[in-house]
Amino acid sequence: MTDDAVPLKPMSLAEAKQRRSSRTRTVRFGISRLGLTLFTASLAMIFLLPLAYMLLTSAKDSAQTTALNAPLWPASPQMYAAADGQTYTVYEVPMPDGSVQTLALEKPTRLVSTFIDPNTGQEITWKGNWRSLSPAWKLDIKLDNFTQVLSVLNFPLLLGNTLIIAILGTIGAVTSAVVVAFGFARFRIPGKNGLFLVMIMTIMLPFQVLLIPQYIGFKAIGWTGTWLPLIVPHFFANAYNVFLLRQYFLTLPRELDQAAQVDGASPLRILWSVIVPQAWPAIIAIALFHFFFTWNDFFAPLVYLSGHPELATMTVGLQAFSAVYSGSGSGFLTQAAALLALIVPVVIFFFAQRVFMRGVVISGVEK
Amino acid sequence: MIEEDRKSIYAPPPRTRSLARRETLWGLVFLSPWLIGLVVFTALPIVASLVLSFTNFNMLHPEGLRFVGLDNYARMWNELLNNGAVGQSLGVTVRFALMSVPLGIGLALGLALLLNQKLLAGKSVFRTLFFMPVLIPLVASTIVWQGFLNGSTGWLAQILRAVGLPAPDWFYDPTWALPGLVLLGIWGIGNMMLIFLAGLQSIPTEFYEAVKVDGGGIWARFRNVTLPMISPVLFYNILIAIIAVSQYFTQAYVIDPAGNGRPGGSTLFFNMNLYNEGWQYNNMGYASALAWLMLIIVVAAALVLFRTSARWVFYAGAER
Repeated sequence: MTDDAVPLKPMSLAEAKQRRSSRTRTVRFGISRLGLTLFTASLAMIFLLPLAYMLLTSAKDSAQTTALNAPLWPASPQMYAAADGQTYTVYEVPMPDGSVQTLALEKPTRLVSTFIDPNTGQEITWKGNWRSLSPAWKLDIKLDNFTQVLSVLNFPLLLGNTLIIAILGTIGAVTSAVVVAFGFARFRIPGKNGLFLVMIMTIMLPFQVLLIPQYIGFKAIGWTGTWLPLIVPHFFANAYNVFLLRQYFLTLPRELDQAAQVDGASPLRILWSVIVPQAWPAIIAIALFHFFFTWNDFFAPLVYLSGHPELATMTVGLQAFSAVYSGSGSGFLTQAAALLALIVPVVIFFFAQRVFMRGVVISGVEK
Repeated sequence: MIEEDRKSIYAPPPRTRSLARRETLWGLVFLSPWLIGLVVFTALPIVASLVLSFTNFNMLHPEGLRFVGLDNYARMWNELLNNGAVGQSLGVTVRFALMSVPLGIGLALGLALLLNQKLLAGKSVFRTLFFMPVLIPLVASTIVWQGFLNGSTGWLAQILRAVGLPAPDWFYDPTWALPGLVLLGIWGIGNMMLIFLAGLQSIPTEFYEAVKVDGGGIWARFRNVTLPMISPVLFYNILIAIIAVSQYFTQAYVIDPAGNGRPGGSTLFFNMNLYNEGWQYNNMGYASALAWLMLIIVVAAALVLFRTSARWVFYAGAER
């Protein structure tokens, strides 16, 4: 799906005439185009508001998150250091002439207050209740949050653990899915359609039914408290991935494999030198699927790695961190931690979005 | 190919037969990773969990293992009737499904219709933006929403108060915690949106023109062309959404790591109760029975969906 670009081509005189006569229509078209686009843009802004909240809150400290009437961005009241060595808070003061001046509050009293003009150092008396004034805010980004989170969360360890599990699992998921999808796409096997149906049905199984016996089994062979249960099962082909790849392989012309077969190439060689080079978009899509799956996975690492914080993945570490810090006034720290945890998948997604979203569509639509 | 088949029926030359056998053999070799996985990681565990569900298996005292007949199921039935943990958690899960599935499907379809408008500029940018939250790990997105929905410092509360509406403290308020999770779920509709969008793009424009010629308006076009044409993807999205609800756990656990479904049990999802039984109290036998209850419910829901699908799902390629 691409945007409908207006092709640039020379216009004939008659065409130009027609254009001019339909100008009002074009204008109306332009207005509704603008209106629709603006509407969608504002929807997108609302949709992504929580992300903006996270970004801005992660750069605030405790006082800034709870300050009354504070702006949404990380800000602190402006202070003024007077000549006498005292510091005063700077307020936005509406003057009798209708202008608004930023003045430092020197002597607050209920009805009349004395201000200092920070530029001139001059004293100004102002009639009115100073409590109705709002302070002058200045941008004040607190990056200490991130250093504080990094010191508690052991981010490099979690990142390393998650990457190792994700990369090993992805290798297994991709290799096994490629091999199995090739089997389903290119070989005549008695009962193949029945097997394929069984595979699709396994997608619907609630994971709980499998999890308890799997857990007991992994515990019996001593694999709990290791990464093996998070990696090894992915070497046995996931139904979603096989489905997606099979659909893709079926669209590839058979002539090339037949030619290779005539030349005496073995099926493994055909897969490697003929099919795989043509199927990169689908292969990259399932690699990304598995990578994001591992990055997001929570239940399995929670139960298999419990009691082993040195093996924990990003999501498990993040959840443990939030369980401690999400309460009472340190929510800004968990926002900083969440930002650190989501930055890797989001950046990867922006680089590979086209391939990834096409993969979602293939596995969803063509069933 | 037909000729080949006939040959194999009437006079199978030994060479062709051995070739066919070779092909089958190679095919099975290629399927073997999945076949082994199917047996080891799916078939055996299913049988094992069914067997376990009739035992008192406890992780800490495996030596005390014995068959208890239908005891686990009887306990489940009791907790269901007396609104114990099973009744409570099933109620929460069903309420959540009734809110989040229709809302999520409706909004995903609405967004897809919007992003499918010819007039819209920058389609691919919007598609990326609306899809992006799907990629954020659930633990992280739950934390983000925990802050965003905070009753005092969260932006939603501030916005609601600014326009003069009461602002609940979502995840700390028993009536609003579940709707809060529904909002969080709406953040993840990007997948369904993409699938709807692909369905919409596969509708031939002539169909719409035909309705226009007949004098049908926007509603007629939606009702008579769009809806029937995307009914297969609608069916798929509903099925996937139901399965997703049946597996709901992470978000509820991040909100309440103690596993009580705070506040007031209002977020005690089915799997939270299962996790408590299996991994907090080590009652793996009872937890297996719980897992089987969920399996039965999901299969029943899927069967109902498949049964009714003949009436409302329209497959363009199918014979009528």
